[in-house]
Amino acid sequence: MLKVEGIDVFYGNIQAIKGVTLEINEGEIVTLIGANGAGKSTLLKTISGLLKPKHGKILYEGKSIAGKAAQTIVKQGISHVPEGRRIFANMTVEENLELGAFLRKDKAGIKQDLDKVYELFPRLLERLKQQAGTLSGGEQQMLAMGRALMARPRLLLLDEPSMGLAPLLVKTIFRIIEEINQTGTTILLVEQNANLALSIADRAYVVETGRIVLSGDAEDLTASEQIKMAYLGGH
Amino acid sequence: MELIQQLINGISLGSIYALIALGYTMVYGIVKLINFAHGDVFMVGAFVGFYSITILDLTFFPALLLTMAVTALFGVIIERIAYKPLRNATRIAALITAIGVSLLIEYGFIYFRGAQPEAYPADVLPTEKISILGVSINSQSIFILLTSVVLMIILQFVVHKTKIGKAMRAVSFDAEAARLMGINVNNTISATFAIGSALAGAAGVIFGIYYSKIEPLMGIIPGLKAFVAAVLGGIGIIPGAMVGGLLLGVVESLVSAAGYSLWRDAVAFIVLILILIFLPSGLFGKNRREKV
Repeated sequence: MLKVEGIDVFYGNIQAIKGVTLEINEGEIVTLIGANGAGKSTLLKTISGLLKPKHGKILYEGKSIAGKAAQTIVKQGISHVPEGRRIFANMTVEENLELGAFLRKDKAGIKQDLDKVYELFPRLLERLKQQAGTLSGGEQQMLAMGRALMARPRLLLLDEPSMGLAPLLVKTIFRIIEEINQTGTTILLVEQNANLALSIADRAYVVETGRIVLSGDAEDLTASEQIKMAYLGGH
Repeated sequence: MELIQQLINGISLGSIYALIALGYTMVYGIVKLINFAHGDVFMVGAFVGFYSITILDLTFFPALLLTMAVTALFGVIIERIAYKPLRNATRIAALITAIGVSLLIEYGFIYFRGAQPEAYPADVLPTEKISILGVSINSQSIFILLTSVVLMIILQFVVHKTKIGKAMRAVSFDAEAARLMGINVNNTISATFAIGSALAGAAGVIFGIYYSKIEPLMGIIPGLKAFVAAVLGGIGIIPGAMVGGLLLGVVESLVSAAGYSLWRDAVAFIVLILILIFLPSGLFGKNRREKV
């Protein structure tokens, strides 16, 4: 579904991504794990069109999307839930969800997807007219995900959905991520909580200082000594 | 009774400031730029209105609409040529460019047209005296006030209910997140300049009808005062610009009424200084919480 081939991404003179190659198949949950500053978020931003790669290819369903405008990429079916949620705090929950469907014109389809989002996140339905900035952290995460789903993506990029949330809430969010995946949306998940990410993922890539250093099935990686030492908290 | 008449004058003047201030505040909200050429868009609007009335023989509303269309286009051209290439430059570079654009418009206009003033014909709007409860009000003031109010209501509708309005609010809050929604940030910024400039153009026509005399440097002082009004209300906040403009107009009229009309302009800038000292984020501004 998505193929990233040897991309280099720079911030000015600093190279954040060094020749990264990865692949995501339809229906999978793939996770990128790695330390802070390894380049995981940069990779997501490059896929969603916020950053342009200097070299390399990004193919989505066989078509090149590298360096295309973000709006073109959203239209083709890739939605990005950015790190820190980035909801529009000055607007209502409802307006945030409407903005998620900004490029769509099929009113009936939008209505249908709104209902789906309310079903996944009943909390949002209760708070429809509330300013998004007044939501709790967990609700904001739900809103950011709901907003992204309103574009009816086939590939969903999730950046640190567990950040700053209480453990119980993290569990809920991850259950919902699995649910979204089961309804046919492919997921690329960036997560610092490697244990949790590997528990729901099919495959994983380990990112270190802008490079992929390891990849494989989530189960194998969970069992690997190297990963345990580096990312899963020792034994 | 005198006081009420002065208040009405103040509100009429204030609604002109408010219309100009809206453009300042909307543009600041979306690109964080004080567009110092905005007062000159107001001047161009006054002249377009004048020519549409005298040469094209249009009545008030068609002239107003034509002016708004022309100034909207003018605003977009300014943005595309002067500001868009500086989108990622420092804010001071953009600010200096804005001052340069302002001077270019003023003196370019004088170069091609001449500096002589013009006078709006007196019969554009009916000027009957209407007496309400012993207060005599010029029907022109009522027309002007109604026009401004209607324009502001339309603006509120556009900003809150339409797709382009929602895109504008999204981009001004977080441009990168807006891009992830599929919003075209460049087009949204252009639309903001178009709407703000159309309002300034309308203010130019209203100003011409109200004060009659227009000239190529007429945009400087009202432009600065509208900037004060925008800061007074809280720069970047649309209702703030409306209230700030009205307040400033009323304060100026009351100062004149009290016999200190020579102090009128000074008072506006004293207001600016006081606001910056005691309430730097303006009447409607909130101290924005740092994003985590």
